[in-house]
Amino acid sequence: MLKSLHIDPAKCTGCLQCEMACSYEHHGVFNPSKSRIKVFNFEDEGRKVPYTCTQCAEAWCMKACPVDAIQLDAATGAKVVHEDICVGCKVCTIACPFGTINYVHDSGKVQKCDLCDDNPACAAACPTAAITYIDADWTGLDKMRQWAAKANTNTGAAAA
Amino acid sequence: MGWARKILRVNLTEGTCTSEPLNMQWADEYLGSRGLASKYLISEIDPKVDPLSPENKMIMSTGPLTGTMASTGGRYTVVTKGPLTGAIACSNSGGFFGAEMKFAGWDMIIFEGKSPKPVYLFVENDRAELRDAAHLWGKTCWETEETIKQQHQDPQIRVSSIGRAGENQVLFACVVNDLHRAAGRSGVGAVMGSKNLKAVALRGTKGVGGIKDFKGFMAATIAAKKVLADNAVTGQGLPKYGTQVLMNVINEIGSLPTRNHKDVQFEDAAKISAEAMHEKRESDGKSQLVTNAACFGCTIACGRIAEIDKGHFTVVNKPEYWGASGGLEYEAAWALGAANGVGDLEALQYANLLCNEDGMDPISFGATIGAVMELYEMGVLTKEQIGVDAPFGSAEALARLTEMTAHGEGFGVEIGQGSKRLCEKYGHPELSMTVKGQEFPAYDARGIQGMGLTYATSNRGACHLRSYTVASEVLGIPVKTDPLVTEGKPELVKAFQDATAVFDSAGICVFTSFAWTLADVQPQLQAACEGDWSMDKLNLVGERIWNMERQFNMAAGFTRKDDDLPPRLKTEPAKTGPAKGLVSGIDKMIPEYYQARGWTPEGVPTEATVARLGL
Repeated sequence: MLKSLHIDPAKCTGCLQCEMACSYEHHGVFNPSKSRIKVFNFEDEGRKVPYTCTQCAEAWCMKACPVDAIQLDAATGAKVVHEDICVGCKVCTIACPFGTINYVHDSGKVQKCDLCDDNPACAAACPTAAITYIDADWTGLDKMRQWAAKANTNTGAAAA
Repeated sequence: MGWARKILRVNLTEGTCTSEPLNMQWADEYLGSRGLASKYLISEIDPKVDPLSPENKMIMSTGPLTGTMASTGGRYTVVTKGPLTGAIACSNSGGFFGAEMKFAGWDMIIFEGKSPKPVYLFVENDRAELRDAAHLWGKTCWETEETIKQQHQDPQIRVSSIGRAGENQVLFACVVNDLHRAAGRSGVGAVMGSKNLKAVALRGTKGVGGIKDFKGFMAATIAAKKVLADNAVTGQGLPKYGTQVLMNVINEIGSLPTRNHKDVQFEDAAKISAEAMHEKRESDGKSQLVTNAACFGCTIACGRIAEIDKGHFTVVNKPEYWGASGGLEYEAAWALGAANGVGDLEALQYANLLCNEDGMDPISFGATIGAVMELYEMGVLTKEQIGVDAPFGSAEALARLTEMTAHGEGFGVEIGQGSKRLCEKYGHPELSMTVKGQEFPAYDARGIQGMGLTYATSNRGACHLRSYTVASEVLGIPVKTDPLVTEGKPELVKAFQDATAVFDSAGICVFTSFAWTLADVQPQLQAACEGDWSMDKLNLVGERIWNMERQFNMAAGFTRKDDDLPPRLKTEPAKTGPAKGLVSGIDKMIPEYYQARGWTPEGVPTEATVARLGL
């Protein structure tokens, strides 16, 4: 069963544990500037939103790569950058509509979320379950449950 | 190791920035942040120096856990000789600035001298330079942060700055970072202003590597985070209600100082409480609280993000204040509210916004307004002098006086000198609710006896964060003690003071201590840092830091008589509540405390104590 990262911004407190976990997992340091997930803080609205690659089925980055450095990991569904092949041409960073694949000048390669080999460090580190790793075919399940919970109750009947 | 092993020395007079290796022997003796920066400061300045002169220095410092995955590991401190008190000043702040300093590869930044013109420090990893700040001078903290980010075309820069209060050397001016986090107390912002240093802007992309035992560190931090999550205060109370969870609790136990400490219970406490921030307003159907928020790395997330009522008289024509911004914490809500008898939650939020915007400590500011209102009611100060009618409970006076103080207008200039100087000037020094010149925070020393001793002996003047015995006396953490008695309090205060010095020096937030004891911090430090960080060592380090600060204050001219409370708390009994009829037993506790500390009856660390602590 494939899983996917699921983000519920309403639960995010903006602590950046996810960014540190990501950088530690991939680079062995605590360094948000090396993270593949970023938390955006919309100060005036009091909203914080973690954002990263959604692993598009028809991945623009993968299709755009001229040297086939980005490949599908069939086990996880992740589109994974193979650093030994990547030439750092950055075409993928232009192709991605969401900006979630970025060039790293230290390595001369690009980086993006690879789902940590089926165990995303960001989800494990999130203290409020704003980031979870769940059944890829049922990312709506929690929302459905919330609506279902209102059905067949007095409140539900009144609302209906 | 948790340290970056490198410090940045900025000579503002000469305009130079130089890199130095961190003194690792001192790091082993004083850990980091508060302890280590104080060691540097004390070694480099004359204790008698005028705090606002170029000869004073100001240090911004991280700890070994700053910038790591340890929960709350994002703290930094600003250490200097404080202008409000003349004592050592050490103000701690969260947000994201501290971690960024570490990511840029620096443990601390030492500022010395005085720039001939306004400047800001820009640091990008190893590169550090002073830049002209003529265009920033006169701007608020909020405008300064925005302008710097735009100018550098980099939204990821973290900024710490002073507003107009710091520029005007308001004696309780803060250093504000990340819009609404502040190194708040003792006037560290005035020192920054005296040096013509408007802001520090950082961008760090190096990160924190070199943790001694990464695997052990991850295991220790995960275990410690679970302790926070499972605890009722850090896992539920603080995330939901913030520190404001205390307003009704402290009022009920009769320890909420009201109207300049004339009363110990506030009839409108519920109106300015956490619960009130959650309630939907009649005017617009929205609650003042928008959401909670975390500082860097914090898994508690007690921060408040609030939206003021757009129709409230304070902001009806000021759309710039309508967005979400930093909301009321307990101390601010108390100082701006109960301390003045003001029960208008929206007016308190307005005053709070101005304090954040221009960098003022709401505790000292609000408490000073309390003194002004008492002097007004006594007829000592008039409307003509103040510029506004200022009886207790006036939200209009609070709002106007906040503007005047933040902007340096009229009587606001006198308020900006703090309640001690103001009350002395108008012939009533006894009405200043201060110790060593710093205003009390939100706990009455008659209803929580340990807090009286905490205030009287705090090295930075009256302060709740140097030994938060409320945890024990009210909340029962780690053990319940009776708040109404003095017995056992000297030992309790000493234990809290020493342990807190370690929390502050590690680079973590003292709020973790609602759930953590030093035994929860110890494995994290041991895994992060080279050397021995056993419990015995940590206890010794905490006590060493406390005594070092004490020695500095004694050398600066403080004596036994400065470890005291205002006469009101010693002679006017609490009028209502569980502490009714009680005064502070401070005179009984002080000699016992000195003895517990290994100090002479005059409050001086004995030779044996100094030798034992390696001072």
